[in-house]
Amino acid sequence: MFFGESRLILGTGGANSLSALEDAVRASGTELVTVALRRIDAAGPGLLPMLDRAGVRILPNTAGCYTAADAIKTARLARDAFETDLVKLEVIGDERTLLPDGVELLVAAEKLVADGFTVLPYTTDDPILARRLADVGCAAVMPAGSPIGSGLGISNPHHIELIRQTVDVPVVLDAGIGTASDAALAMELGCDAVLIASAITRADDPAGMAAAMRHAVAGGRLAYTSGRIPRRFHALASTSDDGLARW
Amino acid sequence: MRLTVNGRELVEGGDGLSVADLVERLTAARRGVAVAVNGTVVPRSTWDDARLADGDAVEVLTAAQGG
Repeated sequence: MFFGESRLILGTGGANSLSALEDAVRASGTELVTVALRRIDAAGPGLLPMLDRAGVRILPNTAGCYTAADAIKTARLARDAFETDLVKLEVIGDERTLLPDGVELLVAAEKLVADGFTVLPYTTDDPILARRLADVGCAAVMPAGSPIGSGLGISNPHHIELIRQTVDVPVVLDAGIGTASDAALAMELGCDAVLIASAITRADDPAGMAAAMRHAVAGGRLAYTSGRIPRRFHALASTSDDGLARW
Repeated sequence: MRLTVNGRELVEGGDGLSVADLVERLTAARRGVAVAVNGTVVPRSTWDDARLADGDAVEVLTAAQGG
């Protein structure tokens, strides 16, 4: 699967330096990292060689695009630059929330799928839109837990669970994770992977937080596949009364 | 020949500058670089043959940090 054994996709935005980013990439255990496409005079050198050294695959994104047309163009440029059909499709609806524009997103997704891309759309936590994206051939759906960079965690866990039950493609929790327990919760809700950028790159110690996320994702996944106990309103004794002393 | 390269004007003596020539001036790298001329992707396999013309707007892009 595209997200690898670690089930942790690392977003590279927000890092203070390339060396801090490299430490975080290594500590996270990720096998897939996102990059953006920017003018060559604005983008600093060294990012791709560093990612090659770390042995990770590239997931280009269409960050900064507000229309389907712009996102499609950016995806085609990224495919030519990075020789990959993978694309994290982002079509943003508004600057303040950076939440996806579902209408433009669906249009772009359909065209890119027809053009041979493996489309991984950043979407809202709306189960119906997720189903529509899966129906047009997206290889996964990546719902936001909460707005990008907000660190608010998963605003509507019920919707993430619903999405998991609604689509047959992988579900990747993308955006909003603030700390390790958010990542663990995403996995416990049945997500197949998480995508984390700011929570790691903007932490005081990015490599430390990357390691925390790695463990949280692994723990959350194992908890999900191990079958949690049902929630009960009242207590259920874990110790039997059989053989209890009587006085 | 006047070009706009990544939003900046570039005046070029003579004709016949190829996309490959222009990219070479900006970077030694080839992998990880993409070019659009007047909004259309110019695939890397055609850079050597693609000639730039007066008035062309060229975007030369590469990987940057981004989530």
